[in-house]
Amino acid sequence: METNLLVAGFGGQGVMMLGKLISYAACDNSDKKITFFPSYGAEQRGGTANCYVVISDDDIGAPVGDRMDDLIVMNGPSLQRFLPLLRPGGNLFINSSVVKEQIARDDLHVVAAPVTELALEMGNAKVLNVIMLGVYIGYTEVLGADLVEQTILQKLGKKQALIPLNKEAFARGIAIGEAARA
Amino acid sequence: MERIFMKGCEAIAETAVRAGCRFFAGYPITPQNEIPEYFSRRMPEVGGTFIQGESELASVNMVYGAASAGVRSMTSSSSPGISLKSEGISYCASARIPMVYVNVSRGGPGVGSIQPAQMDYLQATKASGNGGFQMMVFAPATVQEAVDMTWLAFDCADRDRNPVLILCDGVIGTMMEPVQLPELKSDVELAAIRESKRSWAAVGHKLDYNNRGWIQPGNWSTAVLQHQNEEAAALYASWQKNDVQVETCYLDDAQLVVVAYGISARVSRSVVEDLRAQGKKVGMIRPRTLHPFPYETIAALDYGRVKRLLTVEMSIPAQMLQDVELAVQGRCPVDTCLASGGNLIRKQQVRAALEKRLG
Repeated sequence: METNLLVAGFGGQGVMMLGKLISYAACDNSDKKITFFPSYGAEQRGGTANCYVVISDDDIGAPVGDRMDDLIVMNGPSLQRFLPLLRPGGNLFINSSVVKEQIARDDLHVVAAPVTELALEMGNAKVLNVIMLGVYIGYTEVLGADLVEQTILQKLGKKQALIPLNKEAFARGIAIGEAARA
Repeated sequence: MERIFMKGCEAIAETAVRAGCRFFAGYPITPQNEIPEYFSRRMPEVGGTFIQGESELASVNMVYGAASAGVRSMTSSSSPGISLKSEGISYCASARIPMVYVNVSRGGPGVGSIQPAQMDYLQATKASGNGGFQMMVFAPATVQEAVDMTWLAFDCADRDRNPVLILCDGVIGTMMEPVQLPELKSDVELAAIRESKRSWAAVGHKLDYNNRGWIQPGNWSTAVLQHQNEEAAALYASWQKNDVQVETCYLDDAQLVVVAYGISARVSRSVVEDLRAQGKKVGMIRPRTLHPFPYETIAALDYGRVKRLLTVEMSIPAQMLQDVELAVQGRCPVDTCLASGGNLIRKQQVRAALEKRLG
């Protein structure tokens, strides 16, 4: 069993951190093989950013698979660019606050979550990636939510004040993901 | 043992520290910046020295100096930066200075691109500077292997009093994987390593004008220089006997054999496994050391059965192909499957290349 995930969005949306948090959680709580590969380009805040995560029971060959099982897109350009990579029957997670385009395929599971708006509602625009991580975990259950939460708090909890915020953000995402799966 | 999720560059730097590296000098260039960045934080914690030199040339020569004082020392760069270091590398080889350096290679030639590539194979294995010196060259295909090879590289460098190169493509350098790290060598162990270099290194000697030691990158006496080069040649020849590292799979019945290293090898390996599951007679040879190269493994294939080899490299034109052909000696065709300029080799590309030849 191998899961290929691509997370894509604008620089500054926490795309890399989202991919890393899943990877850290899998590394700390399973025997699975994991690769995290960031895209490299002349990219900067406001430019595009993306990363590939592979989680597998066996040795991983390519850290950048030909086909994605799961795709998380945080902005419109990423949807256009990466939608063709998603396999039929794959899971597409979109930040519906920003991505307004029609999904030009009907062979996918689409989970839409307005994570930018939700983050602003919570008073901190930066937690949109943690909400989306919750959506992804809640929907796919690729890892236990409690384990991922531990990792989030460990990696993002250096400032005590941010712990409740991240906890709440993750819980909100989980609720959306679970509701979409039901 | 604890699994830590680390980036290739950072895992290399941490392993170097654990292996006793206490001097690092480098100069920024993508995609290896995480190596100096990591050292800049880590070296002060272990009483080591990190210097961002004013150039590649300066930093490699700082390593020459530190290693001459018996300290395990390291530098790193990426392709065009490695070219700039070549003078210093050649000096270290001539002066028989043990040092380790890493090339997290990117697209070339020239400034090329900042994306991963494998375009420095011939430079790494044949001529990393003037004068015909040689080095052991390790090619990791996973972050764990980058750890293991960095650890070993320091031992090989000290054993041989020679530079050792870790040729690490930009994928291995920038990707993250779980790793298990070796234990930090103690100060007592490091002192013993330094003391073991007393016969040649500047580790603190009594003033003795009549028995001065010399560390110099050459010699004005042609007779002495020839003698030194003969000794070096014997060392290089010994690697081919003792130090070849190679991974093989499915060679017992393979009719089509892939040869690949680094990131190209792990991508190819997954395709080979897929095709094997379909009953296709494919096999694979992965050099872990590019120098010494596993000529014997390739030469020993049963060419009555093996109909064709395919080298998979992120370089156009192909480079490792030359070594593969040297081993095959015309006994079967050697084809290539290539990407270049910073483009990754993809599974579908390797699969298409293999399926075309399997018919």
